[in-house]
Amino acid sequence: MSVRSDFHHALETLQQDLLRMGSYVEEAISLSTKALLDQDRQLASQVIANDDRIDRLQHDVEERCMKLIALQQPMAKDLRKISSAWRISLELERMADNACGVAKSVRRIAEQPYVKTLVNTPIMSSVCQQMVKMGLDAYLQEDIELAIKMSDLDNQVDALYKHIFNDLLQLMLKDPSVINQATQLIFIARYLERFGDHATNIAETVVYLVTGERKELNP
Amino acid sequence: MNKAKIVSEDLNLYYGDFHALHGIDMTIRDREVTALIGPSGCGKSTFLRCLNRMNDIIPICRVDGTLMFEDTDIYAPTTDVVALRKRVGMVFQAPNPFPKSIFDNVAYAPKLHGLKDKTKLEEIVEKSLKQAALWDEVKDRLHKPALGLSGGQQQRLCIARALAIQPEVLLMDEPTSALDPISTLKIEELIRELKAQYTIVIVTHNMQQAARISDKTAFFLVGDLVEFDHTEVIFTTPKDQRTEDYITGRFG
Repeated sequence: MSVRSDFHHALETLQQDLLRMGSYVEEAISLSTKALLDQDRQLASQVIANDDRIDRLQHDVEERCMKLIALQQPMAKDLRKISSAWRISLELERMADNACGVAKSVRRIAEQPYVKTLVNTPIMSSVCQQMVKMGLDAYLQEDIELAIKMSDLDNQVDALYKHIFNDLLQLMLKDPSVINQATQLIFIARYLERFGDHATNIAETVVYLVTGERKELNP
Repeated sequence: MNKAKIVSEDLNLYYGDFHALHGIDMTIRDREVTALIGPSGCGKSTFLRCLNRMNDIIPICRVDGTLMFEDTDIYAPTTDVVALRKRVGMVFQAPNPFPKSIFDNVAYAPKLHGLKDKTKLEEIVEKSLKQAALWDEVKDRLHKPALGLSGGQQQRLCIARALAIQPEVLLMDEPTSALDPISTLKIEELIRELKAQYTIVIVTHNMQQAARISDKTAFFLVGDLVEFDHTEVIFTTPKDQRTEDYITGRFG
């Protein structure tokens, strides 16, 4: 039995809002990748337009976290739940910005035929999507093992990024006329790589939430 | 780490057949504020009252185990209770000044202990009232009745009264529960200042208060000392689930 049911209900609502934010982020990264592959400028614009709702939700979560700290004097794990929600909301907001970054680059290059077939970028994106899903599951279930497994995926993301970077660099060295598009493609890979880093931060936050200890995953 | 001031080892207390404290092991350190928290009936005040044998006045009360105050065995039959209480002072929940003047309240105990020198008494009264952060408010009316003071001032007077005999340990049983929030903050500030010279043990129902002012916190539950640790640990990462449940308002 809880003698602070309103407060504990407010904590659950925070959690639900983070899950909602997470699903928006997942959608943003998946749609921006689809826009890239289909060379669909309109879809890319939609991803950018949708970013507002994630920003608003993040502000809302942050506001409520502050109020709970000021008004409820949370202790122990309750306090960590609030600081974790705050932190994760910021990570998700940054991840959504990375998805927007992809969409913006797509808008710049969507009208030209691609200089190469995109193989690794969609793989990178699907690993990123998997990371968001696993991160939110780990958060919801307070599952440290899952969080660690998720952060391990960041190695794949990093390796793919290096691969993409080198491929495009080679292309540019061979044919400087591709520089414009290839740079945007490198940006896209870089956005995805950053996306993975933010996901890793979520995993670290889950470990902190459960144990109260800071642990750097995948340093 | 500060030196051990009071050490409780396997301390049991019974009120008749009722086993109120179950083998309490705890070390209270010099010049630290130790807070005792827990729900009503958990034994925290009972434990506090052991420290200067205030439980002696309850005839059915029986204690075993050891409770050492430095080299003094608090419950040894040879221990002089009056001398013990001179070293271990106490402040109660509701301010309880004597129906005397402010001056006489503070001078009462030193006089009782045989001090007659008027100048010395004046010095003690001033010093004690200053330590209790009350001097500036009452210096012009020292001979007015103490009962004319506000509740918060009365409680600081009681603290000054306890300090007048220069105890080493100050026990406080919910010293702010009858006070308004500003008076409460003044007492809390005072406790932080007094810590430089005294060892303080405080029972409080206000967990935020324990969090704000204490160095160590002990969580009691139905006669058990569930967890005793640095206050920061108790309120951020307690090790026992029962502590976590209590401080976050969840009862299993």
